[in-house]
Amino acid sequence: MRSRPVLYLSLVLAVCVVLYMTVGAKGAWSFVLPFRGGKLAGLLLVALAISTSTVLFQTVSGNRILTPSIVGFDALYGLILTGLVFFLGAQTTISLPPIAVFGLNTGLLMSGAVLLFGTLIVQTRGDLLRMILTGIIFATLFRALTAFWQRMIDPNEFQVIQGASYARFNRIETDLLPLAALLSFGVLAMAWHKRRQWDVLALGHDAATNLGVRVRRETVLALLLIAALVSVSTALVGPVAFLGLLVVSLARLIDPSVTHARLLPIAALVSAITLVGGQLVMERVFALSTPLSVVVDLLGGLLFFFLLLKGRFR
Amino acid sequence: MISIRNVTYDIAGKPVLCDVSLDLPRHGVTALIGPNGAGKSTLLSLVARLMPLQSGGIDIDGQDITTCDTGALARVLSILPQIQDAAPRLTVSDLVAFGRYPHSRGRLTAEDHRIVDNSLDAFRLSDMRNRALETLSGGQRQNALLAMIFAQGTDYLLLDEPLNNLDIAAARGLMTQLRTLADEQQRSIVIVLHDINYALAYADHLVVMTEGRVAATGSPKEVISQDLINRIYRTDAAVIAIGDRRLVDVGP
Amino acid sequence: MRLGLLLGGGLFVLGLLSLFVGVIPLQPVDLLRDPAAWELLRDSRVPRTLAVVITGGALAVCGALLQSMVRNRFVEPMTTGTGQGAALGILFATWAAPEAGLLTKMAVASTTALLASVGFLLIIQRLPPTQPLLIPLVGLIYGGVLGAGVTFIAYQGDLIQYIDVWMNGEFSGVLRGRYELLWVAAFVAVLTYMAADQFAILGLGRTASINLGLNYEQVMIVGLLAISVVTALVVVTVGAIPFLGLVVPNIVARYAGDNLRRTLPLIASGGAALVLASDVIGRLLRHPFEIPVGTVMGILGAVIFLWLLYRPRSHAL
Repeated sequence: MRSRPVLYLSLVLAVCVVLYMTVGAKGAWSFVLPFRGGKLAGLLLVALAISTSTVLFQTVSGNRILTPSIVGFDALYGLILTGLVFFLGAQTTISLPPIAVFGLNTGLLMSGAVLLFGTLIVQTRGDLLRMILTGIIFATLFRALTAFWQRMIDPNEFQVIQGASYARFNRIETDLLPLAALLSFGVLAMAWHKRRQWDVLALGHDAATNLGVRVRRETVLALLLIAALVSVSTALVGPVAFLGLLVVSLARLIDPSVTHARLLPIAALVSAITLVGGQLVMERVFALSTPLSVVVDLLGGLLFFFLLLKGRFR
Repeated sequence: MISIRNVTYDIAGKPVLCDVSLDLPRHGVTALIGPNGAGKSTLLSLVARLMPLQSGGIDIDGQDITTCDTGALARVLSILPQIQDAAPRLTVSDLVAFGRYPHSRGRLTAEDHRIVDNSLDAFRLSDMRNRALETLSGGQRQNALLAMIFAQGTDYLLLDEPLNNLDIAAARGLMTQLRTLADEQQRSIVIVLHDINYALAYADHLVVMTEGRVAATGSPKEVISQDLINRIYRTDAAVIAIGDRRLVDVGP
Repeated sequence: MRLGLLLGGGLFVLGLLSLFVGVIPLQPVDLLRDPAAWELLRDSRVPRTLAVVITGGALAVCGALLQSMVRNRFVEPMTTGTGQGAALGILFATWAAPEAGLLTKMAVASTTALLASVGFLLIIQRLPPTQPLLIPLVGLIYGGVLGAGVTFIAYQGDLIQYIDVWMNGEFSGVLRGRYELLWVAAFVAVLTYMAADQFAILGLGRTASINLGLNYEQVMIVGLLAISVVTALVVVTVGAIPFLGLVVPNIVARYAGDNLRRTLPLIASGGAALVLASDVIGRLLRHPFEIPVGTVMGILGAVIFLWLLYRPRSHAL
C-alpha cells in the first residue's frame, strides 16, 4: 500500500527506458545499445541529482517554491568555470584532464554555495519573499558576470566555456560519467541516510532545535550536498532552470506526505520519467528542433508563476 | 536547576537583557512575568539555545548549554516557542511522533508509539490524530505542539506565552495539566505568562522582569504587592489578598 | 538643484568622452586637419552618443512612470514583461513576415509590449497589498516566462541568433540612418513630462487620484502606451537594457524625493549619464572588443538592486 506510487512510477520509467533504448534504432544493436546506454545513464544521473538537490534545498530553506537553479546555483557554476578559464587560460584548461576541471569547479562551487546561500538562508529566515527575490537577483547577477567575464576572455577561447551556459540533453558529457556517478552516489547515500533528520529540519528552525538537531550545521551540510549534485548535473548537461521545481511539485502532488523517505524516491522517479520520456518524445516522436530544456523551462516557469500567484509557497 | 550567569543580550545595538543572573529551581512551576519588552521571551529562547548567547553562560543541571551535545539536551529540555513556524503538511500524530526523535532518531519503537498515544490522549487529540495540521485552529495547533513536547518527555519544559490563543476553559485546563506534570511527575516547568492572575494561581515561583533585568523572585505571596505592580507595570491595579492567595483587581 | 548641476556636468563630460572613444582612434585635434575625422564623428560617434543619451533618459523615465503606476519601487519595464513582450513581437514579425518594413515590425512589437504590460498590471492587481516584495517577484517571473516563450519560438523559427541581439542591449551597431527611430522614444518621454503631475498623483493610489479629480484609468492607459512604445523602440533598435529603469529613479528619489515634475528631468539625465558611462566603460575595458551595455548594466543593476533591498530602511516600501 505504502509503496504503490513508487511501484507504478518504476513501471512507467521502465517502459520509457525500453522505448528510449529501442525506438527508431537504425544499424547494429552492438553500436546502438552502448551509445544510447551512455546517454541514458547520464540522463538518469541528472534526474536523480536535480530532484534530490531540489528536495533538500526546499527543506533547508523552508519553502516549496525555490530550487537551487532558481537562486543561481548553476549560474554560479558557470561563473566559476569562466573564472577558471580566465585565470588559467583556455589552453591550460583544455590540457587539464576534464576530471580535474570538474573536481576544481565542484570544490569551488561547494565553498561558494555555503558562503552565499548559507548567509542568505540564515539572514532572511522568516522573510520568504525577500529570500526568493534575493535568490533571483543572485542568479541574474551571476549570469551577467559570466557574460561579462566571457567578453573579457579572448573571443577565440570563448567557446571553451560556451558549453556550460546552455542545457543540452542530447549531447551529454559522457566522459565525466564515471566520476560524476561516483560522486553522486556518495552524496545520494548520505542524503538518504539522513532522511529522518531532513524531516525534522523541515519543521523549521525552532522546532528542529528543540528536537536536538543542529540546524546550522545540518543546513551547511545540506548546501554542500546540493552544490555537489548541482555540479554533477551542470557538468553533464548544463543549467536547467525549472526542471527541479516541476518534478518536485509533481512528486508532492502524487504523495502529499512530507516524509523524505517517500518524497526522495518519488521525486527521483518523476524526474527520471520526465527526462527520459521527454527526451524520447522530443527527439524520436516529434523530432522537434526545440531542446527539451526549453520546453521544461517554459512549463516549469508557468508552474512557478502559478505557485507564486496562488501563494502556496509555504 | 537552570542557572543563568551574567547574561547580556543586544538586538541591533539595543540591550534586551542586562547582566541577568538567575537560578530557575528544579521541580515545580516557575512563571516569568513582566511588562512587554522586559526580555522574558529572549531569556527563554537563550535557555533553549534557539538563539546563540552573546555573553554570560547558562547551565542546565551543571551542563553548559553551549558545549553539551544538542541532541542530548533535547532529551532534558524542550520549548514551546511563542511564534510558531507555519504548519508543515503533517498529521497531528505525525507531529507528536516527532517528539520521540531525540530518543529514537526517527525509528519509533513500540515504547515510542505508546508514549505518542498517551500524549495524544492527555491533550484530547486522539480523535483528530489523522487531521492535517493546516486544518486546525490556532489553539488546536498549539495543543498539538504541546503534545509533541509532552511526548519528548523532558525534565524541563519551557513555554512561551502558551495561553495567548486559548479561551478561559482551555487556559485553565492547560495550567492544571502543567500543575499535574510538576506535582506527579516531578517535571520542571518554566512558563512566560502575560496574565499575572494565572501566574499567581498556578505558579510555585515567580520571576518578575523589567527592562532586561530581574526585579524580584520568590513565591507569589512574597513577591507580588501593590508597590511592585505600580513600580513594574506603571499602573495602579489593586492587589487583593484572600487567605494565602493573591489576586490582581484590574478594575478602575 | 545641486544634483541637477552635477548630473548635467557629468553628462557633458561623458558625452565628450563618448565622442572620442572607440575602435578607430579619434583625437579632438584630428578634427582640425582630417576631413575623415568629421565623417567618423558624423556617421558613427555622434549617432551613437545620441542613441545612448536618448535610450538612457527614456528608459529611466519609463521606470519612474511604471513605479508610480504600480506604486512599487522595485519594478521596471525591461524585467517585468514589457521588454520580453516587445522581443516576442519583433520575433513573431520577423518569423511570420520577414519582408515587412521596420515600421510594421515596430508596430507589432509595440502592440505585444502593450499587451504584456497590461497582463502584468492585471496580475498584480490580484496580489495582496500587504506584500510589497511580491510585486517585483511576480514581475521578474512573468518576464522570465515570457522570455522562455521567446526562446521557444526562436528555436521553432530558427531565429536563435537574433535573441542575443534583442535581449542584450548594445550600441556598437548604431550608425547614422540606423537609430533615428529612437527620436520617437525621446519625443514620447518628453510628452510624458507634460503629464508629470498626473503621474505623481497616480503614485498616491487609485482612491487618492479619484478624490483629486484625476481620470485614473485614462492616465494609466497613457502611461502604459508610453512605456510600451519606448520599450519596444529600444528593444528593436539597440536591445534590452535591464535594471536601468529601476536603479536610476530609486537613487534620484533618495536625494530629491518623488515629485515627478521636479525629478523627471533628473531621472532622465541620470539614466543618460549611467548608460553613457556603461557604454564608455564597455568600449574601454577590452579595447578593441566591446562589452555590451546590457551586460555591464546587468551587473551594476543587480548589485544596486541588492543594495536597495538590504539598505537600512529609510522611507521606501
